[in-house]
Amino acid sequence: MADITAPAYRVIPLIPALKPGAMEGKGPFVAGEKLNEALGFPGQLVEDWHDRAIGKMGDLLSRYRSLKVFMDACMHCGACSDKCHYFIGTQDPKNMPVARQDLLRSVYRRYFTLPGKLFPKLVGARDLTREVLDEWYNYFNQCSECRRCSVFCPYGIDTAEITMAAREILDTVGYGQKYSNEIIGKVHKIGNNLGLPGPALRDTLEGLEEDVKDATGFDVRFPMDVKGAEVLLITPSADFFAEPHIDSLIGYAKVFHATGTSWTLSSMSSEAGNFGMFIGNYDQLRTIALRIRQAALELGVKRIVVGECGHAWRVAYSFWNTLTGVGEGADANDHFAQMLQKQLDHRYKQPAHICEFTWDMIQDNRLTFDKSANDKHIITFHDSCNVARGSRMGDLPGGQFEIPRNIIRAVANNFVEMAPSTTREQTFCCGGGGGLLTDDLLELRVKGALPRMEVLQQAVDEHGVNFMATICAICKAQFTKIMPIYGFDRKMVGGVHQLVSNAIQLGPK
Amino acid sequence: MASIVFATLFYLATLLLVVGLLYRISTYARTPAPLKIPTTPAPTTTGGVVLRMTREVVFFESLFKANLWIWGLGWLFHASLALVILRHLRYFTEPVWEWVAFIQPFGMYAGITMLLGLCGLWARRMFVERIRYISTPSDHLMLLLLIGIAASGLMMKFAAHTDVIAVKSYFLGLMHFDVGVLPADLLLMIHLSLVVSLLVVFPNSKLLHAPGVFFSPTRNQKDDPREKRHLSAWAAKLESEK
Repeated sequence: MADITAPAYRVIPLIPALKPGAMEGKGPFVAGEKLNEALGFPGQLVEDWHDRAIGKMGDLLSRYRSLKVFMDACMHCGACSDKCHYFIGTQDPKNMPVARQDLLRSVYRRYFTLPGKLFPKLVGARDLTREVLDEWYNYFNQCSECRRCSVFCPYGIDTAEITMAAREILDTVGYGQKYSNEIIGKVHKIGNNLGLPGPALRDTLEGLEEDVKDATGFDVRFPMDVKGAEVLLITPSADFFAEPHIDSLIGYAKVFHATGTSWTLSSMSSEAGNFGMFIGNYDQLRTIALRIRQAALELGVKRIVVGECGHAWRVAYSFWNTLTGVGEGADANDHFAQMLQKQLDHRYKQPAHICEFTWDMIQDNRLTFDKSANDKHIITFHDSCNVARGSRMGDLPGGQFEIPRNIIRAVANNFVEMAPSTTREQTFCCGGGGGLLTDDLLELRVKGALPRMEVLQQAVDEHGVNFMATICAICKAQFTKIMPIYGFDRKMVGGVHQLVSNAIQLGPK
Repeated sequence: MASIVFATLFYLATLLLVVGLLYRISTYARTPAPLKIPTTPAPTTTGGVVLRMTREVVFFESLFKANLWIWGLGWLFHASLALVILRHLRYFTEPVWEWVAFIQPFGMYAGITMLLGLCGLWARRMFVERIRYISTPSDHLMLLLLIGIAASGLMMKFAAHTDVIAVKSYFLGLMHFDVGVLPADLLLMIHLSLVVSLLVVFPNSKLLHAPGVFFSPTRNQKDDPREKRHLSAWAAKLESEK
């Protein structure tokens, strides 16, 4: 894997020519028996995979309007064809969103539509063969579910929905992906994606308290399992030990400290990430999310705040209310949701993003900053895909773009934007999202980062940018890994709350 | 003879179109959307969603963001088609409604711009590598079908006139289940045969994008998941099973 090099930047970002088959056979490792069975999937590819796959497809078509409409509506207009970072980076035509969808759509047409049954060749319908199944495995594990294509589709077709359906079908026949299924297994068993047990977590947090004390002289606490705390912080487990994630965790703790907010982490529910979404399995998505509900009920907290994590925030913001009742506005006779919603304090948004929390505090003048502490940085902001296109912050549409930027401007003096066609709703995925952050996909990850690296380079050349802030654990991990391959310093990437941490004043105002 | 054949074809095709579309639409409407998945930033109110859908359906907003060529050609075709269809109302109304009479000349030129748009879209399908790659034979055929309809229609206007008064009385008759005499005119036969084919193809093909867009959850959902609990019937069952 060491011989992977970065593709050359495009001088003028022309749409690349097609290289059919460029990424054939470059999918991730297949999940083994134990990993699959732990999640209730068949251990390995079942004998009657054909019938089961078609059966599952029919089941999903009847349960998801998105899939049903998206299978029918595509006009092959090509609007999405140059929008995927994996297509731009790999030039493999099957990484064009429409072509990726067609891998599934061709089978849908063959088995579920009259023209496909009568004239398969004419309408591009295909039998589900072993080759097709392998193609599904390969290319549906080369999509990061970032939704960029859905911004441009005239019918809003979201390839993420189709990728999720395909992965769900693959898991149903015992053909799951190792990385995602392994991680989901760890959440069920231990409570977080990294498999960090409670005692180790407590150790880490105590170490952090000492570090912060040494660095600042203040007793900033990192509490765990505190019953009756006001805020339950749910954050990606990478925040507990990975660089640069941990610096943002320190930032959250300092914000809580400086505002006198009582807060706690949960050892049982120490993970914001939810890979159940990546594999498109509602039961997994729900079961993983229910740990947060359970922690909130057991600890009796009033507010739930989510740390810097892209897809986790999408799940929290968009799905938690549905899955677990964390939110507002349940029917009076909806006892499941009411049980929790009665406990939560609805003067605040439930759940809230840590950026919403911090920005509210800044607006209430409850935080002071020494902006010069960030003067060594010329900062730009990478919008994380799932935050940008699958969630919101604040009261207004687009708050997910403004609030993190507002915070950066409040804590630092030098902020510049990257090219507008690559930020906000049109942002590019980091190249490692959607369950692809694994070393067996390193070539894909490096190539998929190309469009972001191109505009970052541009910002470096034009403005001398030396820090790219982002609010996603996967973005942070992906960039620190692949940026050196593009010739950048890995320390260039960090969290928004890392900048907050640098500038925040902990003493009395 | 042709009069009876076409009468039968039109009745059957119309029936297929209506039943097919109703069936499809009811399927879309009945299939639940279990999760909130609007592509954000998304409107937070129903009024906002109506505006978003209107911009999408009338101006092709997303396509505009994506690619100006596809947007320009696609919009030209669709806007022209709408005018052309409205212009054709004069064959089904007596007396002709005033506004239908008013748009007649615009509808005529729209026939030409519709053809231009279609040819442009077809050229893209043939000459742009990415779009050629994703095209199936049916994608080409559907464009050809529409090009055939537009061309045959225009030829009846500009090259070899058809007895439109007779055509009109034939269709007015059909509307009252009274089969009259259709002028024996080759261009007209071609035009009508292609239209019948379109009616049959419509509810069985990607032309379902027309009703489909209204049911697309990424476009028609409100962005309010924190404020209102959204729960589909099958997902609610999971809670009662516990």
